[in-house]
Amino acid sequence: MDSTIIIEKSIIILVVFAITMVMAMYSTLAERKIAAWLQDRIGPNRAGKGGLLQPLADGLKLFSKEEFEPDTPNRFLFFVGPAVAMSTALMTSAVIPWGDHFHLFGRDIILQASDIDNALLYIFAILSIGVYGIMIGGWASNNKFSLMGAVRAGSQMVSYEIAMGLSMIALLMMTGTLSLREISMQQSGMSWNVFYQPLSFLIFLICSFAETNRTPFDLAECESELIGGYHTEYSSMKMGFYLFAEYASMFISSTILAVLFFGGYNYPGMSWAVENWGVNLANVIGIAVLFAKICFFIFFYMWVRWTIPRFRYDQLMNLGWKILIPLSIVNIVITGIVILRHELAVFLGF
Amino acid sequence: MSELLLPPEHRYAKIIKEQLNEDGNELSILNLGPTHPATHGIFQNILLMDGERILDAEPTIGYIHRAFEKIAENRPFYQITPLTDRMNYCSSPINNMGWWMTLEKLLGVEVPKRAQYLRVIVMELARITDHLICNSILGVDTGAYTGFLYVFQFREKVYEIYEEICGARLTTNMGRIGGFERDWSPEAFRKLDVFLEEFPVAWKEFENLFERNRIFIDRTVNVGAISAEKAMAYGFTGPNLRATGVDYDVRVAQPYSSYEDFDFKVPVGKSGDTYDRFCVRNAEVWESLSIIRQALDKMPEGNEYHAEVPDYYLPPKEDVYHNMESLIYHFKIVMGEVPVPVAEIYHPVEGGNGELGFYLVTDGSRTPYRLHFRRPCFIYYQAYPEMIKGALLSDAIVILSSLNVIAGELDA
Repeated sequence: MDSTIIIEKSIIILVVFAITMVMAMYSTLAERKIAAWLQDRIGPNRAGKGGLLQPLADGLKLFSKEEFEPDTPNRFLFFVGPAVAMSTALMTSAVIPWGDHFHLFGRDIILQASDIDNALLYIFAILSIGVYGIMIGGWASNNKFSLMGAVRAGSQMVSYEIAMGLSMIALLMMTGTLSLREISMQQSGMSWNVFYQPLSFLIFLICSFAETNRTPFDLAECESELIGGYHTEYSSMKMGFYLFAEYASMFISSTILAVLFFGGYNYPGMSWAVENWGVNLANVIGIAVLFAKICFFIFFYMWVRWTIPRFRYDQLMNLGWKILIPLSIVNIVITGIVILRHELAVFLGF
Repeated sequence: MSELLLPPEHRYAKIIKEQLNEDGNELSILNLGPTHPATHGIFQNILLMDGERILDAEPTIGYIHRAFEKIAENRPFYQITPLTDRMNYCSSPINNMGWWMTLEKLLGVEVPKRAQYLRVIVMELARITDHLICNSILGVDTGAYTGFLYVFQFREKVYEIYEEICGARLTTNMGRIGGFERDWSPEAFRKLDVFLEEFPVAWKEFENLFERNRIFIDRTVNVGAISAEKAMAYGFTGPNLRATGVDYDVRVAQPYSSYEDFDFKVPVGKSGDTYDRFCVRNAEVWESLSIIRQALDKMPEGNEYHAEVPDYYLPPKEDVYHNMESLIYHFKIVMGEVPVPVAEIYHPVEGGNGELGFYLVTDGSRTPYRLHFRRPCFIYYQAYPEMIKGALLSDAIVILSSLNVIAGELDA
């Protein structure tokens, strides 16, 4: 195997990993700043200039806190819970195409850790494992509130994953591929999928709120009812891992939304930029554009969280099973009819 | 360990054991409180749960019982106000004023019109803060935090007005027999004007955020509904009774402190559910603002702020140091040597969350013979187990905060 590929991929993996961590870290600061802005406050502004070092201070604080362990028979699982949540949240970034490619040292470097052809299935698989972190942690805490949070999270994930998967099927029928790189390339210019599949986008957006456990679907932690939900008994960095995983998965969900529906790294005039400014500069702009889209979605998550109340458990289930799933099935049917409109016309004899 | 040393089994534990698992559901006990974040204050509910559904509830009260009624029996009359502060601490000026009015009723003191209007203003400010906290905390308990912090800064503005009036913020200990301890400063009136200008804008925004919010409506409509008959039977008063459709308001039924001079509506709901309680409180905030404006407009000229009752009104400290007569009155009042009629009286005021009554029996001595506070929260909390039976855990939290049960007043 060509050793340069290994070096190239290692660098990309390191960079992607670092970016995910930094984005998740600074999402915590962004959340606090945005919440403060929405609530007419100032927000954290003591650590560093304008609070820029606040995430580091938070991390340091969490590390120095007492590590409390409840009297639980499942001590091993109690440790595994946050680890699973954290690692699944970080694994998804492997298949995201951050840009098209750079042309450096006489070779094309694809800006993606791994361009597997079933990337979307991989993402769904990892997202489904994510709930195990919550379930295991909630179960092992030996606390009724934690268990309730875990059960809520489990049933919520199961129901919303179906709607999410069905909404994806409509998109896949259109794109014809599971590779995120190809889906991104298909959306060059302004032919973003959101214009062709608005309903699919809407369902996916709602479901990704549920997948990341954000308000209005944050029933798993639900601080006013379940104290802390699944992480009630956690302290120190173990709780930090749960919180961090939430922000990391929010970042990843935003990325997936941007890549699947908002053209990923594409921007209007990208082909012109490639011809005139060179492929490298055009792709640097592409990466910046992708991050701008991601930041918009992260902001959107926070905006919603600090605006609306949360659902009740049964209302959440009603929304998932009675509204979102039928809607996504209707969406599949409509997409099918549109794709096969010529064949259908021939079949019906027009 | 001997069996005798084991704690007695809770009756729910027996129910769980005896349940024949016919439908395959296993019941469980959940301790909601005493240190649960949604029990604002400290009270416990032992819930018998079938999954998320509440089958039965057993409330425990008394976690912050401080025996106020007994303490009051050993205190001179003017030293009882600090106790009333600590009942419903979200609206302590109403409690203070209610207590002074009870004493004025006992002693037959006529309070000047201007002092009465000032009292109305401060009581309505207290009502606004009370409703503001209740409604915004209801938002927090449904998961919307922003409304709470957004309007909460206006409670701070009200507390600044209190500070101008009496120097204290939360536990105000405001007023004297016959009026106030000092005249309101011009700064207090200025801050009041600013508040009247800025607060309605923010409150309108708060209302817009919640009143037509689909999720909020789903969470609150038909949750914790109680019929008018049932509410009356329990002894509900205040916004919680008005939400069921009964237009009973002490300010209208038995006007005190010149409430009859003001023109205001008594908002009522229909179904007595959580949403109606929320809306009634919202509407009452607007009425309170209107009453404050009317009181400022109708305020009599002059600077009279207390009645001329030297026997009961503590003289200013400067006079005590320089004036023989004031020194004598000061000594007599502090030592409790002023005669008090033997009587048995009841005086209700419309508190932040219901009829706050003071039942006072005197035997002519320097302390009350018996003092009973009619605390509305204590009454609401009796109905709470019945209201949450059959509801979900999430509903139980929302119902609790919409009833505005405040631990300090519940236990007293």
